[in-house]
Amino acid sequence: MTDTPLLEVQDLRTYFHTFAGTVKAVNGVSFAVRKGEVMGLVGESGGGKSVVGFSILGLIDSPGKIEGGQILLEAEDLAQATEDRLRAVRGREISMVFQDPMTSLNPLHTVGRQMDEVLRLHSDLDAGARHAACVAMLESVGISRAAERLRAYPHQFSGGMRQRVVIAIAMLARPKLIIADEPTTALDVTIQSQILKLMRAQIAGTGAAMILITHDLAVVAEMADHITVLYCGNVVERGRTRDLIEAPSHPYTRGLIDSIPDTTRRLDRLSQIPGSVPDIRNLPQGCNFRDRCPRAQAICAETEPELTQQHASLMAACHFPLRPGDSA
Amino acid sequence: MSDTPMLEVRELKMHFDVGGGILDRLRVDTRGVRLERSVVHAVNGVSFAINRAEIMALVGESGCGKSTVAKTIARIYKPTAGEIRVEGQDIAGYGFAQMLPVRAKMQMIFQDPYASLNPRQRVRDIVAEPLLEQTHTAAARADVPAKIEALLAKVGLSTEHAGRYPHQFSGGQRQRIGIARALSVTPGLIIADEPVSALDVSIQAQILNLMKDLRDEFGLAYLFISHDLSVVHHIADRVGVMYLGFLVENAPRDVLFKRPRHPYTRALLSAAPSIKAKRDIEEITLTGEVPSALQLPSGCCFRTRCPFAWERCAAERPVLQDVGDGQTVACHLIDEPERDTA
Repeated sequence: MTDTPLLEVQDLRTYFHTFAGTVKAVNGVSFAVRKGEVMGLVGESGGGKSVVGFSILGLIDSPGKIEGGQILLEAEDLAQATEDRLRAVRGREISMVFQDPMTSLNPLHTVGRQMDEVLRLHSDLDAGARHAACVAMLESVGISRAAERLRAYPHQFSGGMRQRVVIAIAMLARPKLIIADEPTTALDVTIQSQILKLMRAQIAGTGAAMILITHDLAVVAEMADHITVLYCGNVVERGRTRDLIEAPSHPYTRGLIDSIPDTTRRLDRLSQIPGSVPDIRNLPQGCNFRDRCPRAQAICAETEPELTQQHASLMAACHFPLRPGDSA
Repeated sequence: MSDTPMLEVRELKMHFDVGGGILDRLRVDTRGVRLERSVVHAVNGVSFAINRAEIMALVGESGCGKSTVAKTIARIYKPTAGEIRVEGQDIAGYGFAQMLPVRAKMQMIFQDPYASLNPRQRVRDIVAEPLLEQTHTAAARADVPAKIEALLAKVGLSTEHAGRYPHQFSGGQRQRIGIARALSVTPGLIIADEPVSALDVSIQAQILNLMKDLRDEFGLAYLFISHDLSVVHHIADRVGVMYLGFLVENAPRDVLFKRPRHPYTRALLSAAPSIKAKRDIEEITLTGEVPSALQLPSGCCFRTRCPFAWERCAAERPVLQDVGDGQTVACHLIDEPERDTA
């Protein structure tokens, strides 16, 4: 790799110290995102994917704390940055699109004022130039009569339109990285496809990078260049999208892919991952997935597997990884 | 008797008055003083039938009325008009007491496994409640505990779970409890309103497999409400597509996925993301959003977003017509196929 990554997360550990014990929500996660690239972060609930997103932006509140690791944005470690520095980074260099467009806008301010705020804080433009920039951005996300709509309040927009506004706000200061946390989960499928197309066009137009956090493998398969799969706060597998979808090497990834119903052929039964995610306060020794894994053997209960190179571009943390053509 | 469908719905309509109080509805303007009515047209004349052991799915986006159809059939709502025939018996006008014996034939599973179980009841009491409602002799009541145990085993829970409270279970296990509760009265029809959409994908597969096994074992019919086309493709025998309170297409699963006829169905299928490389399906991208159910468009409900719409679509409301292979479609393109230029 000659080009240094835009963002490099190394051995990130974010713990929550609760009365019931320490929750290791993110427990040694590493990945990199290059310019102009979409990185999909997938996993089931409790996998730690949202906490990774919040950690990058320094949005972890007590009782949570980043206990270790580095978050390198162009060689600057955000895990060590002051709150003042983080304020300058948020919105300007890294911005965020949240899941729920109903709650991520302030209902008391017009959309125009909420857009203008970004530019007031992060640019030297005068009021007229800021207004023009807001109108142009709103138009580019597909909202017609933009000058007029800037004076509207969030409740006057539908869910899909609000998510367009949220994306417009995220793109306004031309950030280098956008973290999108389940950006289309709350939307209907025809609206979802509009929003995904819009995000792809915006990224292609500005050269920004994106971390796309979602539980929906189908969405990352269509959007992402690389995929990182989380399970119980650990990276279990990562690699190029096509390699990972077509021949995953970790049994968990394989299980996730196989449990999605396939509309191109009819199976009598879906293959299912038995059991459920273990209690994250009380993780088993060894591999976190071993209780649900069809390939587990004695060593899985003793040693935690490390990420190692597999076939093609894949890295997986498994003692008995799948090879292409293996049955699950 | 055996050729009577398990459930038959005819011209079902459900409108909700949302006008508020008299002062909210009072209008004074140049046309004088009057009281205005404001009505949400949630379901506007839906007809379909489900046979024994058949799984019928209703799909559509939020606000299309699919959940209202489910709740109206379960008689949580009283329909504005239309017939609901359960094993031939029209229950649309039934009161609470008349519904009790019907509820032994028809049970419901809800979307949110966290909200649909009483947090202060133990699992055995939750599962037994509908059953106790239907058993009236002391001798029959004595059998209830044994039945509960068998039910829990059937849905993959063990006897020790019976004494626990809902908060001690994960989402997937709670949905199993909801299924056991629905099964307790041995119904012929289960109405499942988005039963897997709150669950993670690996758990979703477990629940879908369980629901299919139960169909095979007990000959259950399901009305399965979902917005997820891949889930519907997996589980359903027949699929109805709803838009703005209308059923726009109704077809056997394979016919619908291979040869969707209504432009909305086609758009829905092409919009669904897939982990496989794109199917060779035409791409219809919809612009705009669903119109308000307060003010239905004239003519066809879909014409405001339809890429093919012409004058006739605004003037005349299309009705479901048979196009062969058990497929019915409500679209004027069927009469004038030369306008279909996609």
